[in-house]
Amino acid sequence: MTEKIGVYVCHCGSNIAGVVDVVDVANWAAEKLGHQGVVIARDYKFMCSSLGQELIEKDIKELGLTRVVVAACSPHLHEKTFRTAAKNAGLNPYLVELASIREQVSWVHTDKAVATAKSKAVVSGAVSRVIENRALDEIKVPINPNTLVVGGGIAGIQSALEIANAGFHVYLVEREPSIGGHMAQFDKTFPTLDCSACILTPRMVEAGTHPNITLLTWSEVVNVAGYVGNFNVTIKKKARFINEELCTGCGICQEKCPKKVIDDVYEAGLGYRKAVYTPFAQAVPNFPVMDKENCTYFEKGTCKACEKFCPTNAIDFNQQDELINIDVGNIVLATGYDLFDARRVSNYGYGRLPNVFTSLEFERLSNAAGPTSGNIVLRDGKTTPKSVGIIHCVGSRDRNFNNYCSVICCMQGLKFAHLVHERTGATVYNFYIDMRTAYKAYDEFYQRVLEEGTLFVRGKVAEVTDAARYSNERGKLIIQTEDTLAGKQRRIPVDMVILSSGLQPRKDAKEVGKLFGISCSMDGWFTEKHPKLDPVSTMTEGIYIVGCAQGPKDIPSSVAQGAAASARVLDKILQKEVALEPIKATVDQAKCSGCKICNGLCPFNAIAFIEDDKISYINPALCQGCGTCVAACPAGAISGTGFSNEQIIAQIDGLLLRNLEPAEA
Amino acid sequence: MTAKPKFAMYWAASCGGCEIAVLNTHEKILDVDANFDVVFWPVAMDAKYKDVEAMEDGSILLTLFNGGIRNDENEHLAKLLRQKSKLLVAFGSCACEGCIPGLANLSPVGEIVHTAYNTITTDNPNEIYPRTSYDVPEGELHIPTLAKVLRPLEQVVDVDYFMPGCPPESHQIAAVIDLVIKVVKGEAELPPKGSVIGVGDSTVCDECPRARNVKMIKEFKRIQDIAPVDSELCLLEQGIPCNGPATRSGCNARCPGAGAQCIGCYGPAEGVMDYGARLITAFSSVIDATTPEEIDHILDGIPDPTGQVYRFNLAGSLLKANREAWKVK
Amino acid sequence: MTDQFEPTIIGFTCNWCSYRASDLAGTARMKYAPNVKLIRLMCSGRLDPTFVLRALSSGADGVMITGCHPGECHYIEQNYKALRRFLLLRRVLNGLGIEPERVKLVWASAAEGARFAAETTAFVEEIRKLGPLNWGKADDGPQATDHDQPSFAHGKEMEVPA
Repeated sequence: MTEKIGVYVCHCGSNIAGVVDVVDVANWAAEKLGHQGVVIARDYKFMCSSLGQELIEKDIKELGLTRVVVAACSPHLHEKTFRTAAKNAGLNPYLVELASIREQVSWVHTDKAVATAKSKAVVSGAVSRVIENRALDEIKVPINPNTLVVGGGIAGIQSALEIANAGFHVYLVEREPSIGGHMAQFDKTFPTLDCSACILTPRMVEAGTHPNITLLTWSEVVNVAGYVGNFNVTIKKKARFINEELCTGCGICQEKCPKKVIDDVYEAGLGYRKAVYTPFAQAVPNFPVMDKENCTYFEKGTCKACEKFCPTNAIDFNQQDELINIDVGNIVLATGYDLFDARRVSNYGYGRLPNVFTSLEFERLSNAAGPTSGNIVLRDGKTTPKSVGIIHCVGSRDRNFNNYCSVICCMQGLKFAHLVHERTGATVYNFYIDMRTAYKAYDEFYQRVLEEGTLFVRGKVAEVTDAARYSNERGKLIIQTEDTLAGKQRRIPVDMVILSSGLQPRKDAKEVGKLFGISCSMDGWFTEKHPKLDPVSTMTEGIYIVGCAQGPKDIPSSVAQGAAASARVLDKILQKEVALEPIKATVDQAKCSGCKICNGLCPFNAIAFIEDDKISYINPALCQGCGTCVAACPAGAISGTGFSNEQIIAQIDGLLLRNLEPAEA
Repeated sequence: MTAKPKFAMYWAASCGGCEIAVLNTHEKILDVDANFDVVFWPVAMDAKYKDVEAMEDGSILLTLFNGGIRNDENEHLAKLLRQKSKLLVAFGSCACEGCIPGLANLSPVGEIVHTAYNTITTDNPNEIYPRTSYDVPEGELHIPTLAKVLRPLEQVVDVDYFMPGCPPESHQIAAVIDLVIKVVKGEAELPPKGSVIGVGDSTVCDECPRARNVKMIKEFKRIQDIAPVDSELCLLEQGIPCNGPATRSGCNARCPGAGAQCIGCYGPAEGVMDYGARLITAFSSVIDATTPEEIDHILDGIPDPTGQVYRFNLAGSLLKANREAWKVK
Repeated sequence: MTDQFEPTIIGFTCNWCSYRASDLAGTARMKYAPNVKLIRLMCSGRLDPTFVLRALSSGADGVMITGCHPGECHYIEQNYKALRRFLLLRRVLNGLGIEPERVKLVWASAAEGARFAAETTAFVEEIRKLGPLNWGKADDGPQATDHDQPSFAHGKEMEVPA
């Protein structure tokens, strides 16, 4: 036996030692696994303490250990600790194996004999496996200092500005004609009731004019190749039919355009725009785009009113979509959310009952720059409501739609209550399941709205109907609900209903995730690397997620995440190179038959086929180490470091105690 | 004149195809005679077991052993030839990994005997079965006793080299004969013990002339159910479960080249622990479906999955046989 | 301990969901059957059917394969590949006389410690009902069968008529 293995069994105070006979496990390993190369087996109170680590380091140096097994807690907790200890003692960190006898044994079993026996098997598996471990070195790749931010809402803007202000170049790509995102549609922001435009517009302008930011609006990412530090991204810049070099943003074209179109995006269907338009006055950039589908010239071949009146000859009907190719080192995804389609809750009558509004419609209605100049009126455009019902949790916390809480709807509903009360003096009812006003100054806002006289009914609304039963309900919308505090059913007639709709993942989130090599949760939000400790990173190194793309959240959290991702990006840029986990797959060129079976298996496009040699090749920087191709190769030509066939087979044999001397087996 | 080195060839549970393949080396067979003293080769010359038993241990330089170990006679000869030979080669798929006779491991031995002696092909109204020993006036007669399962040679004795194929390709046999002659003359060295010889480094696709793309299939079909089979395109891509991706190269992709799917006679590639596992991943990797129902529907296109992935390799696989075959007492 | 059959089971987990589910079961001190010994892979897509065959031929009575829920794979979609392999593997095992129930596929997210614990216990009971597989022990040697005392069911009369 050439390896010298040290086995260290941790008591973890009484966490392990209370259920597992740790001394017995250590003695057993020394006695029964000696033929496998175990030269020392110790037990110690806290292996992860500095004294415990020193014990291992000392043995590595003095006994010349070539492999180390630590039987302690889950590798997710202390694998790094013990690997670092080994490294400090001059042993390659990947020659250390953790055997979890806490999370997987002592904490989940009660019988001491059974737990001790299982611990022995787990240690035996780790010893057999560690013999097959190989020394691995981290792979270093350079980092391109440019960054791509996808999505120009507040989260994306924040992220772009932070990086740009630090002196590095950012490409900010936005699908719509202007940056600003949903926040640009809002009137007031909770809980301080700042005017949304007042606080957002300066940031938009800053992003639009920043020397380190290349703004690409009316553009979409169509292809992503490469890996952390070295992404190559193709962006489709859709034809605006406006020459940006010549356009001054004077707005004459919009004024002269004879074609009015219902604005479904920015005005949530409540207002009109022209066929050539900027979505709103403060749009950044302020070049308009031409809506080819609705433009009279594109439809009928005549008109060109815009071209006739443009003072700088900036209209270009021949403009084509353009593909732009950029190299970036990191990518921040800030692709935002879609509003839950309130039509799906058909019992609330949206789309059927005219005076039922969605939250976004109400935002436009109450916005001074909106279609009614901020007058809160019914669908007829003139009647001020005398009573308004606001329904919370529409599409959220509901097994029929989305299980999750959309986070912002309670505060949004309270904000609406305040605005309705302030502007119309109407009686306002809020219908809620639970009132969720966590975070700074939120509950104070709730108290304020309570004091203003808004009426709160706790219960899930069953139905909104215009079928009157009583005379006082005639001509009204009746909200039928259970009042769980009063313990009875209620019918409340109102003039207007506002549905505080929840947030949903973007319709195309799955495809976008696939494009960038990241996954979505079952709900459809992008999956972060760790829900608590690494919420802006993803499983794909160099790709970050911020704002509502990661899950429902309010503006402060979106801004915080935008900044947080930038810190991660700047960290990478300043390190100039990144070390990649050496858990990678490689193809043995002699064994590869070129059958191409593995070629369709890698979601990270790490496997390429080399036509000249008729074999497959795995790009180590793109490989994420999942091992699917290793398991799939019919010729056994792909091997995977860190989780090799030899390691796993040895661990199986060890766990089944097939590694004991024949007399013992 | 120094005595020529001794050569032997034996067939255990096999069909005789391996011997034909040796004869198919044409004039190369004369080199065998010129360079070796053939001492034991039941199919080609008369010899008695007792002659072999009388030989000195290790006195035969090269024994090509074909066929699996199915009965006690096979086992006796395997042990005997091991003892008498310097180099024992598991020759052909049966000796290497069980081959078609190894598929009998899917059934308990009783069923095998029943099938042989009492089915529509055998008229046996009185259900008379053979006995392993029987007293006749001249004394006691013996016939070999069947084992529970068929075992490849390596599971019975130590093997020096493996030469797979059903049968091994004649050009490969010729190359191996050449090599051994060179070794005898001191002009070449033997490969490391345990090597698989007379084969390529990769799998059948490596030698297959068919065009290949990334494969995603919605349906598995038997080759006879497809008309016409595209003569240029990878068979697996056409939904035909071709064993080529997992089968060791060396045959020049004979079957796919001739329009038939590879059935896997050359066994697994170097270092592979279980041939069937490689085919399981190969076939499942090309399935274009995500729900269990859809996947199962596609898998229904492989009517005998066990036979498909272990046609030649069952006895040499990790599980070796059907559980019912082991259970027989 | 009664002398009831205690199955030996090898469990494979992915690094991101199911191993973390087992971590969570531990942190929450949930109790479950001790018969499953885990091997952590990076992804259920790493699961080579060889591992299952090796475990079953080396003395395991069952194999539990676990991974992230479909659509939640940390490597985007590799658990679907595990699913495809698992379904074909079970068919092959069936042909070798191994009850398909001896190999089970369980999806468990990192938040599903309770599910991990419950599925483990349930699987141990399922294998307990099936009884020992004993593949390793059968390996001891294929002794020759005496045709004079055939164990096969079909033969009624073995004697050669005198």
